[in-house]
Amino acid sequence: MLTWLSYFERFGKNFLRGTAVTLELTAVGLAIGFVLGLLLALARCYGPKWLRNLAGAYIAIFRGTPLLVQLFIIYYGLPEIGITFTQTTSAYLALGLNSAAYQAEYLRGSINAIGEAQMQAGRAVGLSKWKTIGYVILPQALRLALPSWSNEPVSLLKTTAIVFLIAVQDLMAEGKRAATATFDFVGTYLAIAVVYLVMVFVLDALLKFLERKTRIPGMDIETRR
Amino acid sequence: MDLGQFVSYIASGTVYTVGVTLISLPAGLLIGIILALLYVYGGKTAARVLNLYSTIFRGIPPVVLLFILFFAVSKGINLSAFWAGSLSLGVVSSAYQMEIVRGALLSVSGDQMMAARAVGLSRLQAIRYVVIPQAIRLAIPPWSNEAAIIIKDSSLVYALGVPEILRRAQLIGASSQKYLPAYISAAIIYFLLVFITTHLLTLLEKKLAIPSNP
Amino acid sequence: MPKPILTIKNLTKKYGENVIFQHLDLDVNEGDTIVIIGPSGTGKSTLLRCVNLLTRPNEGQIWLDDEEITAKGADEDQVRQHVGMVFQNFLLFNHLTALGNVKLGLTKVKHMSDAQATEKAMHELTRVGLADRANHYPGQLSGGQQQRVGIARALAMDPRVMLFDEPTSALDPELIGEVLEVMRQLALDGMTMLVVTHEMGFAREVADRIIFMEKGYIVEEGSPDEMFNHPKFPRTREFLWKITELYGKKEKDAE
Repeated sequence: MLTWLSYFERFGKNFLRGTAVTLELTAVGLAIGFVLGLLLALARCYGPKWLRNLAGAYIAIFRGTPLLVQLFIIYYGLPEIGITFTQTTSAYLALGLNSAAYQAEYLRGSINAIGEAQMQAGRAVGLSKWKTIGYVILPQALRLALPSWSNEPVSLLKTTAIVFLIAVQDLMAEGKRAATATFDFVGTYLAIAVVYLVMVFVLDALLKFLERKTRIPGMDIETRR
Repeated sequence: MDLGQFVSYIASGTVYTVGVTLISLPAGLLIGIILALLYVYGGKTAARVLNLYSTIFRGIPPVVLLFILFFAVSKGINLSAFWAGSLSLGVVSSAYQMEIVRGALLSVSGDQMMAARAVGLSRLQAIRYVVIPQAIRLAIPPWSNEAAIIIKDSSLVYALGVPEILRRAQLIGASSQKYLPAYISAAIIYFLLVFITTHLLTLLEKKLAIPSNP
Repeated sequence: MPKPILTIKNLTKKYGENVIFQHLDLDVNEGDTIVIIGPSGTGKSTLLRCVNLLTRPNEGQIWLDDEEITAKGADEDQVRQHVGMVFQNFLLFNHLTALGNVKLGLTKVKHMSDAQATEKAMHELTRVGLADRANHYPGQLSGGQQQRVGIARALAMDPRVMLFDEPTSALDPELIGEVLEVMRQLALDGMTMLVVTHEMGFAREVADRIIFMEKGYIVEEGSPDEMFNHPKFPRTREFLWKITELYGKKEKDAE
């Protein structure tokens, strides 16, 4: 029953390698997702109508279709029109583009919450529209978004687990390799699951710490976790 | 092969995708409701155990959990990939659905429970006639989100060999060497499924809404 | 001297180290309207919640009609059929119409038939002046109307005692009157009532006895005349003066 514990000893180094890849995937996906997500959020909140609709369509498409399909389109489909990416790059892209759609919604929500009143206050002091957004609204909106945005890094970490299906050598891929060696599928994947749980736990704790550190006293929003 | 045959081959996988969804979603709901009631009303020990359940089953990536459950089920019982995959997905979903139902119950509970007890209703009666009817309405929006997630996550069972949409797209893409149109077709079909489902649920939400003058 | 309908003896309630009130004694005779006044957070609401066992006291006993309701084996649900409560925030069942709200206890607790329950419920709704709103949902009613439904809901169970926990504190000033009027009529009809409120006009006109509570103690109690015109304790005088000033001003503004 507890043979799976021995797998850590046996495959420890491989698992560690895979974990590093998984963390890399999460970090890059999160970063791409944040930059693009922020642009999308700003487009939705402050852009002209056509831009708002375009951003809206992007978000609807990337949230309305499975990530796996998006991944396959990028890795298997795009080469047919001349755009070829490596497995890893395809994974970065798919994760990033997908995450952007979700991060856009978190950010849009908090920009709106800070929104109109602060915009008026900024303009009244003489700041231009974009200066107000940059110096008044975003600093507040980003902090306000933190509690609910904290869901995204953890969610993304779990989501990276599917990229082994295009042979990216992440933790799950190492798990699959180990499983074929041990023939104990349940046990091996259980061990993998434990590693993911540890990662999730640590990431979660880190984020909670960050939340506490950056909280502005008196500015709170009800969050559902 | 013409476009029509191409797309319809992929579309024929829809039956399996819908099937997987229609098994896993209600299975997750049934388990989720029972566990949520236990979590909220079952006392401290139950709450602690279920908190652990929630943390573990929501902390493991769905695909990993799916694989564990699938292989575990396959070792014991002789089920088709379709059934093993669907039920496993249902268990994956149950933890998330438990949290949704729990959230709705807690939002209603407190005061409404007190008012119900004040009129002489027992705890069980209060839960049944006052808390649950209101909680259902609160739960629909997040549940609609979960339904969309399950439709999308059903694509994971392609790795278990179930001939659903993605698997079909992969097969025909490989045989015709036209991966891009294949996967885009798949994407469109998934999108339509999600779109229709969320709209139906929004309609349900409106139909069940308690009248009020804002 | 008729026996009191409600007797509270040596009641103590604490949350950990925090003492809400202790060694409280109170007798309520049938038909009495007792108004409890005092600064916020001094245990008045908690006291009411002990009377219908929504909260259990740490020490002391409460008797309702010769039965000790705080006894170990007492059936709480049973007790609550005989004690009605009206809440500051109305707490109507949002998913039911006004009629549905009043009927729920009748059908599920008193096991009345649907027809009987409807008849009784409509009777109570008429009593509070809301027969024409029977099929409205709480979201479609004003605050004052919601509270009156809350009163009807409590009355429908034919309680021996009615508890009012700051019934008008959450209402807009212009809606307070309609609720106080219902309460006043209830008192005239002979209902035994325990009312926690800041409405001094109501206290002066309707109360048989006024109790002033502060920091968990009963500072003073007496008839309205005694309390308002010849209070024995300076603290009582001070509190009443301040609050009458405030509410007298409110009444003038509302005119």
